[in-house]
Amino acid sequence: MTDAETASTFQSSPGPESFRGNASTLPKRHRVFSLSRILAITSNTLTELARLKVFYVLLVFGLLLIGSSIFMAQFSFQQEFQILKDVSLGAISMFTSLLAIVATARMLPRDIEDRTLYTILAKPVPRFEYVVGKIAGVLLLLAISTLVMVAAFLAVLYMREQAVLQATAKQLASAPPDQLADALRAVRASAFNVDLVPGIIIIFLKACLLTALTLFVSTFATSTIFTIVVMVFIYFIGHLEATAREYWLAAHGGGLITRVFLAVVALLFPDLQAFNLVDDIVAGTAISMAVFIKTALLGIFYTVIYTLLAIFVFYGKEL
Amino acid sequence: MTRGLIALAILIVVGLIKLPVEHNLAALHRQEHFRGVEFNLDLREKLGQLGFIAALSGFRAIVADALFIQAHAAWENTQWGRMLWLFRQVTALQPHVLLFWDTAAWHMAWNASVAAMNDSNQPRQALRVKAQREYFAIGKEFLERGIKNNPDRPELYEALARLYKEKYKDHGRAAEYYAKASTLPEAAPWDRRFSAYELSYTEGRERDAYERLRSLYDEGEKERLPTLIKRLKFLEDKLAIPPDQRIPDTLTKH
Repeated sequence: MTDAETASTFQSSPGPESFRGNASTLPKRHRVFSLSRILAITSNTLTELARLKVFYVLLVFGLLLIGSSIFMAQFSFQQEFQILKDVSLGAISMFTSLLAIVATARMLPRDIEDRTLYTILAKPVPRFEYVVGKIAGVLLLLAISTLVMVAAFLAVLYMREQAVLQATAKQLASAPPDQLADALRAVRASAFNVDLVPGIIIIFLKACLLTALTLFVSTFATSTIFTIVVMVFIYFIGHLEATAREYWLAAHGGGLITRVFLAVVALLFPDLQAFNLVDDIVAGTAISMAVFIKTALLGIFYTVIYTLLAIFVFYGKEL
Repeated sequence: MTRGLIALAILIVVGLIKLPVEHNLAALHRQEHFRGVEFNLDLREKLGQLGFIAALSGFRAIVADALFIQAHAAWENTQWGRMLWLFRQVTALQPHVLLFWDTAAWHMAWNASVAAMNDSNQPRQALRVKAQREYFAIGKEFLERGIKNNPDRPELYEALARLYKEKYKDHGRAAEYYAKASTLPEAAPWDRRFSAYELSYTEGRERDAYERLRSLYDEGEKERLPTLIKRLKFLEDKLAIPPDQRIPDTLTKH
């Protein structure tokens, strides 16, 4: 059903004139934009995704955390914390990216298959509200998942830190107080680092970007599998984009085909490496406010652009 | 179809706008020590196909950790060659993790070198010593590359100073690296003192060592530690410092 068809359906229904004289039966004036309509679609999308048991991912994450922390007992505390942080944040990044792609890829095809989409669009719901509501639902799911995973990670890190602090205090019970204080400071410095917070926000923004991009791809894709396959390719190419861009901008040699390929990669794909800051943050690199804000803005910019493009293509989609 | 083409055109226009933004952001990231890994043929050869793909898809920290755990297992099985190979991959993937450089160097210069020296399969001592020296050099190389990748962090300078002191018995170079560490932010408070100690063992540098130790001594009680006083007294005797300029004997702590 196109917009024109939807419009004609509404034109054939009785107009406001036919209700004149009976104020109680007067229909509410239709607003072009309604936050409550978007919220209704958002909450419905979140409920649907929750019913799909996507939160089982969190269980896998929990098991991974517990398993790795037991396994790492044989390492020194610096090694243990390094690996715990790397594995946890890597898993958060992987699971949020997977959730973003898989949950979004099946959204439109499923609504078309279940005919839910027609029911919604047959009502006075503009298509952009439908798309915005849907993407907001996925983003909410990602936010909840990220928060739960981060909370689990911080809890495990805190417990391990306390265990190591106690062990260190016991080992150095007879040492001079300043030596003990130094040792405890070293343990604390190896565990939680406040720079992890912006790193985690950047991971979330990368997942938001992937959600919007998946939605854009799914507006012209023919099936869920196609969208997922395309997104997997985009994911890999996006991580290579920086290399392609630098080669292209530096005007290195190579034939015409190579240069065109590099230009296509550099222009059409997002630079996903820009959002992989957390590896270096765990390694001890401090993240400045400028780096955080610029990277976050890039993530928001991409999310908005891909959402707008998804809305644009969805308006022309034959349903 | 038309909308698809318009969307493509918009993507290209957005691409032209975002290109300089991303280029500048990448430069800022590199300037602040992010994006420390270049994905090139060299890394591809070091990592193998699967590792390279995993690293490329944003999971280089996890790949590095998995290789680090394998290196740990190789150490437990005293597979020194495999351990070296794995540590080269680990440090290539995570050049900003000091722990990996330090652990790699320690395994090579301390553990592998001792194992080489005690190798019962090699009857010729000259060859055992040669193997030992080679492992020292590999450990040193790890630390030097680590410093090159992390020039602002004092920990690897300290580790290199320890290696020069304990393995090469080169106190001059040890003093030099402790001194370099002491100039960096977050340096340990003892780096300056250790540098002066090492210098006091260096032939021909006694006067310089004496001045530095004396300067530390004059800073107050906190620096007047037993080793410092012992080395200072040794240098006073060696340099024949006049009695009125010497530190008092009564202050010597035991």
